[in-house]
Amino acid sequence: MIPLHFIFTLAGTTLLEAARNRLFWLAAIAVGVALGLAQFLNQVAITESLEIQVALLAALLRVTAVFIVATFIITSMVREANDKVTELMLSQPAPRSSYFLGKFAGYALVAIILALAFALPLALFAPTAGLMAWAASLVCELLIVTSVSLFCVISLTQVLSAFAATAGFYFLSRSMAAMQVIAGASLTSEHTFADTAINWIVDAIALLLPSLDRMARTDWLVNAGPGMGETLGLLGQSAIYVVLIACAGLFDLHRKNY
Amino acid sequence: MTERSLNDVPKAVLAILAGALALQISLKMAHPVVPPAASDLRPPPSQSSLHLASLGDPIPLAKVLMLYLQSFDYQASNRISYQALNYDTVQQWLLRILWLDPRGQYPLLAASRLYAEVPNETKVRQMLEFVYEQFAGDPDRRWPWLAHAAAIAKHRLNDLPLAKRYAAAIQKHATGPDVPLWAKQMEIFILEDMNELETARIMIGGLLSSRTIRDPAEIRFLDQRLREIEARLTSQP
Repeated sequence: MIPLHFIFTLAGTTLLEAARNRLFWLAAIAVGVALGLAQFLNQVAITESLEIQVALLAALLRVTAVFIVATFIITSMVREANDKVTELMLSQPAPRSSYFLGKFAGYALVAIILALAFALPLALFAPTAGLMAWAASLVCELLIVTSVSLFCVISLTQVLSAFAATAGFYFLSRSMAAMQVIAGASLTSEHTFADTAINWIVDAIALLLPSLDRMARTDWLVNAGPGMGETLGLLGQSAIYVVLIACAGLFDLHRKNY
Repeated sequence: MTERSLNDVPKAVLAILAGALALQISLKMAHPVVPPAASDLRPPPSQSSLHLASLGDPIPLAKVLMLYLQSFDYQASNRISYQALNYDTVQQWLLRILWLDPRGQYPLLAASRLYAEVPNETKVRQMLEFVYEQFAGDPDRRWPWLAHAAAIAKHRLNDLPLAKRYAAAIQKHATGPDVPLWAKQMEIFILEDMNELETARIMIGGLLSSRTIRDPAEIRFLDQRLREIEARLTSQP
């Protein structure tokens, strides 16, 4: 039986920790800085000023949201481990899965609040349909980053290594489509063993990574939003990947000896 | 946790802090930022590099690169901007930016209204031909730039056959429902007996009334251009 009360309490304390760490103030400052920077570049442009403002604001806010979520999760979990709070929580009469689910639920709530808060300023510039799709996709992207950050910090237990692994995952996932295109575009018609091996390795890695390059696209804000098929595909991809990485995190957590 | 009083900080630390801050500010003021010169423009990164750097979202990168390119050899007080640039390199940059964001209009606006308006006929022709080649990629969106290229060919280069070639291309290929009637009859428009200012006013007026131009920054920029044409024509004998 899953102790729901334990999970909800953990989620609530995680949310409270985010508030006490002034995470939401940080997000507000980040929005202000991004708006200022986008406005500054807007002044320099002689055309497409609105598109430039939207494109740069969206890109900045997306990267900032990912950074804030990953940093918060990793530092919070490492501090809990160092203060022995993790051991205290795991000594409670609740399975380890409940601890993991409670923490994940709390961090996921923080990610969702951040995604919606960062989508809000774009409402001044972008059409509603595209903005809603972008916001939903950003929620999905941040949930994936949440699960990956949690998995990395449980496995690696140190701030620097967990953050490096999460950042590496994020940039690799965003550039994997480009890498596959580059790997497959040989200048000669003859393929050496090295070409084939590299192609195979890149394709194999791509199978294990989510298609983050298809998420939170600026295209949707300046041109047309995604179709229903594309939206459902992204939701499905996010759900599958979050479950996959959450299970990997649970696997590691259950195997750890505290 | 309360903090200790300011008096607990050693005076030497405060003095060195203030001195270092003053030195830092003086150093920055002594070396002001100089806008990049024309000779500093290097060829753009490869398509593969840009594809990787865009992290799956090419539009923001395209916008930033366009603003970066625009900053070369441009100063508000410099009345002969851009002509010192290597136009082969400029063309490579514009092609890269268009490849990243094919629906963006900024590169062709820059080609037709910035880089093609220099007092160097060879460079002007090179940019006009670039606009003509890119027009074929998306005629229903890119026709305003070729229309301006036709006007430049007629009034600045005094090359009516070239202007007619561009106008004929617009007439033949820009057939979408959002293309205004005067653009679809571009050849006739080009052959009208009007000076450059009248041509520019009618074209810009037509673009405004058909809502092809809506960006406030672009409207300000075109208004400034009209005044420059007017000043140039009144100063000619």
